[in-house]
This record gives sequence, structure tokens and C-alpha cells, in this order.
Amino acid sequence: MTRGSRLHIPHPPARPGEEPDFSYLETSPAGAIARPDINAKTADIEHLAVELIRVLDDDHNAVGPWDPRLDPGELQIGLRHMLLTRIFDARMQRIQRQGKITFYMQSTGEEAVSVAQGMALRPSDMCFPSYRNQGLYMVRGRNLVDLMCQCLSNTRDMCKGRQLPIMYHWAEGNIFSISGNLGTQFPQAVGWAMAAAIKGEDHIAASWIGDGTTAEADFHYAITFASVYRAPVILNVVNNQWAISTFQGFAGGEKRPFAARGPGVGIPGLRVDGNDFLAVHAATQWAAERARRGGGATLIEHVTYRQAAHSTSDDPSRYRPKNDAAAWPLGDPVERLKDHLIKIGEWSEDRHEALIKELEHVVQAAWKESNKYGTLTEGPWLDNDLMFDDVLKELPPHLEKQRAELRALEE
Amino acid sequence: MAQMNMIQALNSAMDVMLDRDRSVVIIGEDVGYFGGVFRCTDGLQRKYGEHRVIDAPIAEGGIVATAIGMGVNGLRPIAEIQFADYIYPGFDQIVSELARLRYRSAGDFWSPVTIRTPCGGGIRGGQTHSQSPEGIFTHVSGLRVVMPSNPYDAKGLLISCIESDDPVVFFEPKRIYNGPFDGDPDKPAIPWSTHAKGEVPDGHYTIPLGLAEIVETGSEITIITYGTMVHVSQAAAKTAGIDAEIIDVRSLAPLDVDTLVASVKKTGRCLIVHEATRFSGFGAELAATIQEECFWNLEAPIGRVAGWDTPYPHAFEWEYFPGQKRVIAALSNIMEAK
Repeated sequence: MTRGSRLHIPHPPARPGEEPDFSYLETSPAGAIARPDINAKTADIEHLAVELIRVLDDDHNAVGPWDPRLDPGELQIGLRHMLLTRIFDARMQRIQRQGKITFYMQSTGEEAVSVAQGMALRPSDMCFPSYRNQGLYMVRGRNLVDLMCQCLSNTRDMCKGRQLPIMYHWAEGNIFSISGNLGTQFPQAVGWAMAAAIKGEDHIAASWIGDGTTAEADFHYAITFASVYRAPVILNVVNNQWAISTFQGFAGGEKRPFAARGPGVGIPGLRVDGNDFLAVHAATQWAAERARRGGGATLIEHVTYRQAAHSTSDDPSRYRPKNDAAAWPLGDPVERLKDHLIKIGEWSEDRHEALIKELEHVVQAAWKESNKYGTLTEGPWLDNDLMFDDVLKELPPHLEKQRAELRALEE
Repeated sequence: MAQMNMIQALNSAMDVMLDRDRSVVIIGEDVGYFGGVFRCTDGLQRKYGEHRVIDAPIAEGGIVATAIGMGVNGLRPIAEIQFADYIYPGFDQIVSELARLRYRSAGDFWSPVTIRTPCGGGIRGGQTHSQSPEGIFTHVSGLRVVMPSNPYDAKGLLISCIESDDPVVFFEPKRIYNGPFDGDPDKPAIPWSTHAKGEVPDGHYTIPLGLAEIVETGSEITIITYGTMVHVSQAAAKTAGIDAEIIDVRSLAPLDVDTLVASVKKTGRCLIVHEATRFSGFGAELAATIQEECFWNLEAPIGRVAGWDTPYPHAFEWEYFPGQKRVIAALSNIMEAK
């Protein structure tokens, strides 16, 4: 017995200079977990919040009841979207390093979450993403030029120069505006879903936050309201192990999986191998069907790893081992889907290389075109008047006055 | 026309809008079955159903956030925050989200949420049921901020807010829910039926947002005020025998600068009266604006009467509340200045 209490400060298993250690990670064998009926009672499937739903085994086969049995053609499309996301990210990261955009955030290693989920949802379902879900834009087919122009804050910027790079939105594509304030979109998605239910529609909402953001009040608002009103929404926690420099233990991940917060308020929690494209797709399908049939919300924890830095302003070598990502036990989502496709005879190394080249060309061409609409350093630039629009629906008198004041200075 | 107090007028506004527009919904704590702790939503759930008048968990941030999401999905939500003192858990959702959505998405997304919340003191509510935080919200670009001072305005303004595609924080001075209040707690309560603005049409009508109202015309000084203090100021000017022009701001943001400036240019003197604390309060913005626009017309420094810069105290309520005595003292001060 010790005397008195002692403050516990969580420590990640390995720091720079140490060997990566993922012994804390609880996994289940691929195919080992039963897929319950979509009408299952939350209390009867609480184990799904602590086990790990996996489909792809170590030999690259799809096994078990969660296999979504997608056509090889669909899997190839998924691979293409994931690769496009990765190549786009890498390119934009380089562009930021060249000083041509101010900021960027890559989703490297987490592409399966956005891409598989985007494909499992209907185009009419509303997405409330975080800043690391660019894969949704690839799935829903947004022109890359539009994304790049946003990052450039140029004359074709969808945000008219008002947002940091990657804070996209797409009303026609049903992807909500990204906020830099963490987690605010989570309960908003629940409200959107409540409205769908009030109107008697069968559209559902989906939202994404990281493991760190589960500590925000918004997470608790979201799961509580979703449970209370049985809102048709899929609430995703992308547990990529790191919230900038603090590991997931600082959000309470040491004690219980994040998925287990779901059953705590009466909604199912699914803990899924987030680097397993098929498992993510299957879990999303299950939750989407349940929501569409009036079964309400599901909380899905995607267990993955943030291979890249948090953002271009971050340096992970200062807080985690350099080779941490390579040692991650659940591998890489792109490699795993590629290996599976090769295993079933629907892909090859040559085709893979050719696809990478093709996509690099696509991204390069988009970048070239984007620059025509201006960069921060070279015009054409946005009209300064745009700064005053959209504060309210109509320009109020005081802003009209301020706009005139700025115009006078420019003359 | 009917006689209504402010609670009935607000209820009538929501009734009219729920009836006219299927997309209007109400969400808030105790607003449904019970009809609200101040009875503002009394009977509305029974009439329009529990899918449109929705009882919420005790989570102001969640109420604002889900209202935002509903608004994005085509509804026109009215969110009730039970007391303005409880609005702070929803602050991030109001400031960073509701107010900024249209701007950050270049007009592609918006959410027409009206947040109704009772504010102000004079009800022995102590510091957690008496605050006037309007100045915190007028400082936020992208919001409309409104505060009525009587039943007729309350209904017409609330309907305008609900119909507006802009987000609004609608403050309801709860001390005057049941009757005008001149600042003297020892006098018997006066009902709204004795006041001209207690006459309220049953049906739909609007009062435009962004317009102040001159409630008393006068020539010697302009009193700029809003909410409960409109009535205190009227009584004070009368007691002091000063021919004051009294302006009820009503729409705090955006502000009707023209009406204020025209009046001060006419009278040459200005007193600003509000219940909220003084330092960095909304009165500071009013004073700065009047100084910029009317400096050469001013005969005396602009005066301010406001709540002391302390938390709202329970036991010292009437020493804290800026009553007639303080307004009269300020008026005399300004009138005596040469």
C-alpha cells in the first residue's frame, strides 16, 4: 500500500531513440469475430467494442463473416482512390515545403478510413469530416484542381480565400465545411441526422474525429444526442495513436478502447482494423444499414496509425521513434489492399506501378492548371471586396462602410 | 389584437411560425412537454408534436450544435438556452461554427438558427440567473444580436429572426416578461395590459432587424438604451423632468447607427444606459460610435450608466441594478456640463 494518491501521467511505450513497441495493441485474428444482425441489441454486442474486426489475414486473403464480398472492380477503384489520396498528399506536402502554400495536413496511412467509408455510403449521405478525410473528396469525384485552388487561396478558391489550406467544403457533393476547431462537426452531424429523421428521409450522416478529440465535450454531446434521439448517424473515431505529440493514452485510450464509449451511452461500438479496407467497408455498411432502418447511431473506432506528421508545422521525430510507422502491427492500408488484389489474381506489381505513374501525372496536370488561377505570391489575386461578403447573408451598413474605407486606401 | 405579456407574445410568434413553416422546430431544455421554465413554449408541443418541439438533454453545446446540423439539413431551428448564464457551454458552437459557417464556406453552407435566451437581473437570481452577456456576442462577426423591450416588439422581432437566414442570438429581458419595470422593486408590479405595447396582433407580422426605435421624442438629451433599461430610463427622465429623446436600440448587431446619430446631432447630449457590466460592454461601442459621428455636436461628454464591474451579486441586487437614481444622477451630470 502506498500512502496518498499519486498523479498518473500516461507515457507512450517508446520515445525517440527507443525501439517501437506496440505490445499495448490488442488485436483479434482476421475473420474471428461474428457479424451480428443489424437489429442486434447494443447490450448483446458490447464485445465488438473491444475486439478488433478484421477481414484481411496475414496471407492477404479475405476471411470471415465481415468480408463485404466486393467485386474486384470495386476493390481496384478503392485502391485507386487511396493511391490518389496518398499521391495528392505527398505532392501538396512538397508544395508546402517549397513555400507555395502556407500549410498542409497529410492523411498518409489512414486512407482506408475515408475511402472505404466513402464508398460504403450513398452519395446522398452527408459527411462531416475532420481535416484528415481528403479521401472522401477522391471517392466523390471532386476535381483535384478545386482542392488545389483552395490550398492556394487563389481566384478559384471555393472558400474565397477565407480558410486555411485543406479546410474544404462541397455542398453539391454533400461534404460539410471543415472547421479547425476540433470535434465541433460531431454533434452537428447528429443534428443533421435528426433532421433527416424528422423529415422521414433515409439519408444518413457520418462524421469523423481523431482519438484526441474524444476528450472534447462535443464528442459527448454527439454520442448522447445520437443515443437519445436514435439519430441515423455513423460517428467515427479515427484512432491514429497520436494527437500532435500526445499519444492516445492522454485521451483515455489506455483504460478502454474508444469504441467502448458507444455502449456506455447505449449505442453499438465497433472496433475495426482501420488499415483493412474490407473491414472498414463492412463495418460501415453494417452501421449504415442499421441507421437507415431506424436502428440509430453506431460509434466506430478505426485503429490506424498516423504515418505522417500532424501537419506541416509538426516534427514527429521529436516525440516518437523514427521507424514507428514501419513497425505498426496493422501494416499499411494501400499495401494490404494491393497484396489482396494480387493474391486473388486481380492486380500485379506492374499494374500498380503503372497506376502510380498515371496518378502522379493526373496530380501534376492538376497542379499546373491550378497555378493558372493564381498563387499567394503571384497573381491574379482575389478581389479584396470578397473579404466583406458572407459575414451575413446581405452586406450590413457597417461592413459596407468598412469596405469603402479599404477601397479608398487602395486607390 | 389581444393583450399579451412578453411570454405570450413570444409564444404567439413561435406558434405562428410553427404553423406557417413546416421547417420550423424548437429544441431546448424543458421546452416540450413542460412548455419551458418561463412558459414561453407552453402548449406548442401538444399542438405541433414532439418531433417539432423537442425536449433536449442538459447540454447547451449539444443543443446549439444539433440545431446547427438541423439548419444545414433544411430546418429552421429555434434553440432555447434556459438562461443566458448557461449559454457559455455553447459558446464555441455559436462563435466558431454558427457565426462563421456562411463566411468560411463562401456562402455554400449556412444555418438559420435563432437562439432564444432569457437574460438580465432584477429577479433575485444571483450571479447564475441574472447576467446580461449581450456584449460578448455583439463582438462576434457573423451574428445578429437582438433584445426586445416589450411584447409587441418581442413577437415582431422574433418572427423576423426566425425568418432570417442569418444566425441570431435573441435576448429576452426576463424581468419584463410579465410587465414593464421602472427599476423600483418596492412598487407593485404593473402588468403589460397597462402598456400600449402590450397590444399584440394575433397573426403574423414582422419588425425589421437592424432598426432602432425612438420611444420618446425629446430635445435636451438622447438616452440610448435597450431591454429592461428602456423603462427605467423613461421613468428616470420623467422624474428628473428632462425632455429626453429615448431610443430603444432593439437590434444591437448590426446596429442602426443612423437613428442614433441623427438624434444625438439634434440633442447634443448623450447618455447610454444598460444593465450589463460597463468595462468593454456594449455601451463602449455605442459611445465610441457617437463620439466618432457626433463629436462636433456634443455639448458634454457622453455618459454611461451600467452594471458595476462585479459578478451579479445576490444580496446587493438593488445596489447593483442600475436603477432610476443612477440614471437621474447621470442625466443631471450631463445636463449641467457646459
